[in-house]
Amino acid sequence: MGRRRRKLLFGVLLLPAVAAGALWWLTKPNPWDAAHWQGLGEPDVANGEQVFWAGGCVSCHAAPRAPEDQRLVLAGGRTLKSPFGTFYPPNISPDETAGIGNWTLAEFGNAMTRGVGKDGEHLYPSFPYGSYSRMTAKDVNDLWGFMQTLPKSANVAPPHDLPFPYNIRLALGGWKLLFLTDEPRADVNTADAKLARGQYLVEGPGHCGECHTPRNALGGFEEGRWLAGAPNPEGEGRIPDITPGSKSIGNWSASDIVSYLETGFTPDFDTVGGSMVDVQKNMAKLPPADREAIAAYLKALPAS
Amino acid sequence: MRVRAFMLAAALAGLGVTAVTAADEPQAVRQQLMKKVGQATGALSGIAKGEKPYDAEIVKASLATISETVKVFPNHFPAGSETGMETEASPKIWENMEDFKAKAAKLGGDAEKLLAELPADQAGVGAALGVLGKDCSSCHESYRLKKD
Repeated sequence: MGRRRRKLLFGVLLLPAVAAGALWWLTKPNPWDAAHWQGLGEPDVANGEQVFWAGGCVSCHAAPRAPEDQRLVLAGGRTLKSPFGTFYPPNISPDETAGIGNWTLAEFGNAMTRGVGKDGEHLYPSFPYGSYSRMTAKDVNDLWGFMQTLPKSANVAPPHDLPFPYNIRLALGGWKLLFLTDEPRADVNTADAKLARGQYLVEGPGHCGECHTPRNALGGFEEGRWLAGAPNPEGEGRIPDITPGSKSIGNWSASDIVSYLETGFTPDFDTVGGSMVDVQKNMAKLPPADREAIAAYLKALPAS
Repeated sequence: MRVRAFMLAAALAGLGVTAVTAADEPQAVRQQLMKKVGQATGALSGIAKGEKPYDAEIVKASLATISETVKVFPNHFPAGSETGMETEASPKIWENMEDFKAKAAKLGGDAEKLLAELPADQAGVGAALGVLGKDCSSCHESYRLKKD
C-alpha cells in the first residue's frame, strides 16, 4: 500500500469520526459555567412569585383539572398534545423524590435556561426553555426561592409518549443547535424601559411565542413570523396573531390589551377562551406596570 | 311602470327572504345571542369602571338580558350546525352537550342570583362582573375556538 493510499484510507476512516465528534461536541448538553449561578444571594421570594405568575408554571404543572385551591401543587401529569407526540409535564413540587426538592439552584437554572436536566440530559422544548433562556439569573434564583415555599406532591407523572424519532433525546441537541437562542426575537427600542420590560416578559418568562408563533417541520419558529398566529397544537382552531397586523386584536389599543389581560374581557365584551383562559388568570396576578409593558411591546411590534 | 314597481317589490321581497333565511340559521342566531350578552356585559362594565353612573334599572335590565339569553342559547346547536357561517363553536360541544348546557345554566343561575340581590353600587357591579366573566370564560375555555 502506497503512502498516499494509506493517507486516503486513514482520511476516509477518520473523517466520519471527526464529523461525529464535532457533531457530538456541537450538540451536547451545554449548562452554564458554575459561576453563573453563584453569588446570587438570598432569593427575593416576592419577586419570585411574580416571575412564577409571569411564567405561568401552574398552567402545565398543576394536576389536570386541579380545583382552584390546589393549583399551587405542581404535581404534573396533565397531557400536552403536540404534532410530535404527547408530553406529560413532570412533578416540579419541592418533594425530594417525586418532585425537584433535591435539585440545586444550578440544576434548576440550567433546566430553565439551557434545557439541561438534573442528570445532564437534554430536555424536550415542550418545556419552553427556548424562551426562558432569556431570563436573568436573579429571576431564576428568586423563582427557585418561591417554589421552595409551595406544597409537596408525591405524584409521579407518566413519561412522555413520543413516536420514533422524537423519542431520541440525543437528537434534541440538534434542535438546540438550530433553534435555541437568547437573542431578542423582535427589534424594539430597548432604550425605553417600558418596552424593554415588555420584551423581557413576552419573549422570556411569559413565553408567548411558544403558542403564538408558527413552527416549521422541525419545531423551530418560522423566520419573520414572530407572534403572527399559529395552528392550535392541541386540535382545531387557531392561536391568534397578536401583532398590530392581527385581524382579531390589531385594532385594540394598548389599554384594551391591558384590560383584557387583567379582566379577561375583550373591548367588545367577548371573553378570553381556550388555553388563554389560564394564561389570563396568571397575567391578572402581575403588577399593573407589567401588563402595561406587555401591551406596549405588542403594539411596538411590526405588523404581521 | 306598474309592472316595474311590481318587479322591484318582488325583488326586494326576494332579498328580504334570503336575509331572513341566513339570519335564521342556528349559527347566526347564536352569534346574535352572544352579541346581546356582550352588550349587556358592556353596560355593566361601563358602570363598574366608573365610565357611566350607577343606574339600578340598567343593572337590572342587563342582568335580565344575560339570564334570559343564556337560557335559550344552548338550544341553537342542532346537529348539522357544527360548521359554517364562521362559527367559533368547538366540536366538543356536540361531544359534551350536557356539560355545555350545564355551563350555560351556571351563568344563567348566577345572573338570576344577582337579580335577586341587585348589586347596589359601582363596586357591587364590579364584583358581579367578576363572577359572570368567570362563567363566560370557563365555557369559552372548552367550547369556543378562535379561527384567526
